[in-house]
Amino acid sequence: MRPFVYRRPGDARTALAELAAEPGAMYLGGGTNLVDLMRLGVLAPRTLVDVTRACSDAIEVRPDGGLWIGAGVRNADLAAHPAVRRRYPMLAQALLSGASGQIRNMATVAGNLLQRTRCAYFQDPSKPCNKARPGTGCPARAGDHRNLAILGYSDFCVATHPSDMAVALTALGAVVHVEGAAGPYTVRMPGLHRLPGDEPERDTVLEPGDLIIAVEIPALPYAACSRYRKVRDRASFAFTVVSVAAAVDKSGGTIRDCRIALGGVAPVPWRAERAEAELRGAPIAEASFRRAADAELTAARPLTENGFKVALVRNVVVRALLDLVGVS
Amino acid sequence: MNDDEDLSAPVTMEMRLSVNGIGYPITVDTRETLLDTLRERLDLTGAKKGCDHGQCGACTVLVDGRRVTSCLTLTVALDDREITTVEGLADGSVPHPLQTAFVRHDALQCGYCTPGQLCSAVGMLAEARAGWPSIVTADGGSVDARLDEAEIRERMSGNLCRCGAYVNIVAAIAEVAR
Ligand SMILES: Cc1cc2nc3c(=O)[nH]c(=O)nc-3n(C[C@H](O)[C@H](O)[C@H](O)COP(=O)(O)OP(=O)(O)OC[C@H]3O[C@@H](n4cnc5c(N)ncnc54)[C@H](O)[C@@H]3O)c2cc1C
Ligand code: SF4
Ligand code: FES
Ligand code: FES
Repeated sequence: MRPFVYRRPGDARTALAELAAEPGAMYLGGGTNLVDLMRLGVLAPRTLVDVTRACSDAIEVRPDGGLWIGAGVRNADLAAHPAVRRRYPMLAQALLSGASGQIRNMATVAGNLLQRTRCAYFQDPSKPCNKARPGTGCPARAGDHRNLAILGYSDFCVATHPSDMAVALTALGAVVHVEGAAGPYTVRMPGLHRLPGDEPERDTVLEPGDLIIAVEIPALPYAACSRYRKVRDRASFAFTVVSVAAAVDKSGGTIRDCRIALGGVAPVPWRAERAEAELRGAPIAEASFRRAADAELTAARPLTENGFKVALVRNVVVRALLDLVGVS
Repeated sequence: MNDDEDLSAPVTMEMRLSVNGIGYPITVDTRETLLDTLRERLDLTGAKKGCDHGQCGACTVLVDGRRVTSCLTLTVALDDREITTVEGLADGSVPHPLQTAFVRHDALQCGYCTPGQLCSAVGMLAEARAGWPSIVTADGGSVDARLDEAEIRERMSGNLCRCGAYVNIVAAIAEVAR
C-alpha cells in the first residue's frame, strides 16, 4: 500500500480545503470499501481526509415526517432508528440485508452511496477494467458477468452498483446534500449515480472533492407500506443478485401511487419508472404486478450468463408487491 | 494505479491507543490496521487474521463497545477510542459468561474463529438489548432480546467458522441471551 498522510478535520469547509490542497487525496468514511480497495491496490490515495468528524452523525425527524440524515451516520444506527423503521421500512430492511453487523457499525451513509462495484476485474489491479483503469477494456463482457447488469450498461462497462441502501433511497427520491467548491448544492435520487456511457470511471455526478454532508428523505406517508426484498446466493452476508424496493399507496381496490426501484440489475440503483407508470391506477391483482414488471423489463438486454436475472426480477417484483398488498 | 512500485517514505504519527483499559503510547504507520497493530505491535494475538477483507469476522473487536472488523479499521483513526479485544472480556480471572458458555457447549473445534465469535457475540447481544432489529425481526416488531435461533444466526452471519461449529456456537450464545 502506498504511504499516505492522514487528516481528520472537524468541519466540512476544512475537509473540502484539505482535499483540494492535496493532489491524490480522498475522503475516508468508515473505510470498509476504501481501505479494502487500497489494500487490494485498486486505489492509492496520497492523503486520506477522514470525514467522520466533519460530517454529522445525527438523524433529525422533520415536522412534515421527512428525515434529515447526516452523512456520517453509521448504517447500523440508521437501520435501528424508530422513525426509519416505522415510516420507511424499506430503508431499514435494505440496510439490514446488507453486509454484516460489524460492517454496518462502521459504514457511513455517504460511503455506502459511493461504494464501488464488486465486479471481480475491477477489484484486481492485474486485470484490464475500464472503470478502474480507463481505456484498458472490459473483460467482464466476454468473461465473468453472471452477477452484472441487464439494464443501462454500455459497451465500456457492464458492472452493477452494489449498494442495497441506495436502492431504497432511489425509490424514496432522497435528496443528497453536497458541499462543493462553489458552495452547497443538492442532487435528487435517482440522479446521483450516472450510467457508464463512455466514461465508466465516473460513478456519480459529483465533482472530485465534493463532500456529501447529508441525505434528506422527503415525507412520503405511504412509504410506511413499503418493503425491500433481496435475493442473494446465500441466506445472509452476501451482495445482492437481484433486489427490489417497493412502496404502494392503496385506495379501494386500486394502486393509487407507488415507488419501485431495483438493485443488482444496472450500473446505478435503478428506478423502475415504467413499472410505476404501469401500476398507477391499476387494480390490485397479481396480473397488474406482472404487467408492471414486464413493462420495466422490455428494456432489459441480458448478457450471455445473466439471463436468469430477467425472470428473477419479474418474480421478485411480483412477490414484493403481493406481500405489500397482503395477498399471498 | 499500483503499477508504480511505491518508494515514498512511510508516514508515521504519534498516538495513544487504549486497549482493554491500558493506554499504549505508540508510533503508527498511517497504513497500519488495528488488527496488525494489536497482533504485531502490542502482542495481543487474540484477534485473528482470516481474510483481511471484512468477510470472515475472525478479527472482530469492540470499539467503544461496538463490534467492528479490525482488519478494515485504520489504527490512526482510533486515538480517542476504547478498544476491547478477547483478552479483555474476562473480569480478572472470571471468564465472561459467553466464554464459559462456549466451553460448556463445546462451541469450537480449531478455535481460530472463536475470539472473533466471542467479541461479535458481546457486541451483538448489546445491540439486541438496545432494541436493534435484524432483517429476520418481524416487520415493525419489537426485538425480543432473548433472541431465537434464526435471530442469532442472522445477527452472527458476519462470523464464519470453517470448522462448522455453528450449532454449538448458536446454543452457547442462546444460553447467555436467555
Ligand atoms: C464483506 C463486506 C460485505 C458487504 N456486503 C454488502 C451488502 O450486502 N450490501 C451493501 O449494500 N453493501 C455491502 N458492503 C459494502 C458496504 O456497505 C460499504 O463498504 C460501505 O457502505 C461503505 O461505507 P464506508 O463509510 O465504509 O465508506 P468508505 O470505504 O470510507 O468510502 C467509500 C467511498 O466514499 C467516499 N466518501 C466517504 N464519505 C464521503 C463523503 N462524506 N463525501 C464524499 N465522499 C465520501 C470515499 O472517498 C470512498 O470513495 C459490504 C462490504 C464488505 C466489506
Ligand atoms: S464491467 Fe465495468 S468494472 Fe467490470 S471489468 Fe468491465 S469495465 Fe471494469
Ligand atoms: S480478517 Fe477481518 S473480517 Fe476476516
Ligand atoms: S472453530 Fe475452527 S474456524 Fe471456527
